[in-house]
Amino acid sequence: MSITVTTAPVRDTAVALPPQYPITLTINGVEKHLEVAPWTSILDLLREYLDLTGTKKGCDHGQCGTCTILLNGTRINSCLTLAVMQDGSEITTIEGLAQGDELHPLQAAFIEHDAFQCGYCTPGQLCSAVGLIKEGKAKTADDIRELMSGNICRCGAYIGIVAAVEEVMHQQQVQAPTYAI
Amino acid sequence: MNSFTYTRADAVDTAVRETAADHAAKFIAGGTNILDLMKENVERPDHLVDITRLPLRQIETLPDGGLRLGALMTNANTAYHPEVAQRYPLLSKTILAGATAQLRNMATDAGNLLQRTRCYYFYDTATPCNKREPGSGCSAVGGYNRIHAILGASENCIATHPSDMAVALAALEAVVNVTGPDGERRIKLEDFHRLPGDEPQYDTTLRTGELITSIDLPAQGFAEHYTYLKLRDRASYAFALVSVAVGLELDGDTIRQARIALGGVAHKPWRKPEAEVLLAGQPATKENFQKVAEALVQGAKGYSSNTFKIELAKRAVVRALQMAVDKQHPSYPL
Repeated sequence: MSITVTTAPVRDTAVALPPQYPITLTINGVEKHLEVAPWTSILDLLREYLDLTGTKKGCDHGQCGTCTILLNGTRINSCLTLAVMQDGSEITTIEGLAQGDELHPLQAAFIEHDAFQCGYCTPGQLCSAVGLIKEGKAKTADDIRELMSGNICRCGAYIGIVAAVEEVMHQQQVQAPTYAI
Repeated sequence: MNSFTYTRADAVDTAVRETAADHAAKFIAGGTNILDLMKENVERPDHLVDITRLPLRQIETLPDGGLRLGALMTNANTAYHPEVAQRYPLLSKTILAGATAQLRNMATDAGNLLQRTRCYYFYDTATPCNKREPGSGCSAVGGYNRIHAILGASENCIATHPSDMAVALAALEAVVNVTGPDGERRIKLEDFHRLPGDEPQYDTTLRTGELITSIDLPAQGFAEHYTYLKLRDRASYAFALVSVAVGLELDGDTIRQARIALGGVAHKPWRKPEAEVLLAGQPATKENFQKVAEALVQGAKGYSSNTFKIELAKRAVVRALQMAVDKQHPSYPL
């Protein structure tokens, strides 16, 4: 009896090690000098290399919003942003919202309004809400619902989330930032 | 995601040269669509040229009274820019009807035009798709095709272009400025995207290495009588099943000029000037709107799951025209 063995084709060349690119990021006020492979997303950088696991990975495709962070003060999906492209940027994550032991007003309002159940989407909801209030476009609860539609909550805590954001939004009465590109 | 190398461009001509020389290289700016596709192995560039540091973020008034939007302006900065919001509210509201706040904060205007179809089979590398792999076949024609095209499709591809912004730009008759290895050229928006024919792998008429540098809006912005009606499976953060961008110029109850573009129905924003002229000089009545709606979707073909779109598109056109007359605008906060 003979056995035929088929082997996978051998590559002509070895797979090259990933190139590394030096970047500087200021994360929650701390300047970091890093070397990253070009495909490293901000999300993976935070979670896998910097032990900042508060930012969550949900879909990894920009559909769920749980990876939302503030990049130079603007809310974005960290899963769809390459770290190498953000050299020189400032990043705020959920770990950077509280001042010491004092919770950010939105964090306190989320507790007050029972705005979460499992909590997995909460870091993204909070960073997104910080961005929303800073943008200054939302005026009503309907506006909040529309402008928070990039943050999915599978537990369905939306009623509490909208109430918490609305309360802080009206408290802060933040003036819309002057326009800058 | 496959491995790739990366460079950051500091000038338009070097970015163009670098990409023209390497057919597997791609530009990256906002990244919200290309990174999504790279994670799915649908896009497999061997090199990315980061264009975000190029000086293409400005907005400027043109001598003819139009407005030039730098290619790298984000969708959010465009929608909320006071001059766009005031003079081109159709564009502002249309942008805000798409995606999410987070995505609009990253996505650029040029990138919005270049986003790929959300056809399920294009995204699923386990299935044949002529757009992803020319010659492999179209899984959507005999498959599940609820979101697919009813106009201008071919047996090779029934994908739709997913952009909302492009639909408003079509109604506004915008012009796309590009720089390539052979110099600069201007492409009318209606000629920028193409129908699939037998080469569905090409979404646009851009040539290798060409980079969008800006988008020009003509002076006429239809700031009074306009609307963007977007019909979709949920109220926010969903692609259009059918959408309609309308701009009207009215003289009392008489229509002087009408622009109508449909989204979600074809491989490109669907315009038909010969249908629009049916309204010129006519009173703004439901009967006249119905005539135009019939003319706009004439020749439409359903592929089973999406056949409902033919009637939906007609009704949407009639409703959108009435909304534009009545100044019923989308309620997104500006």
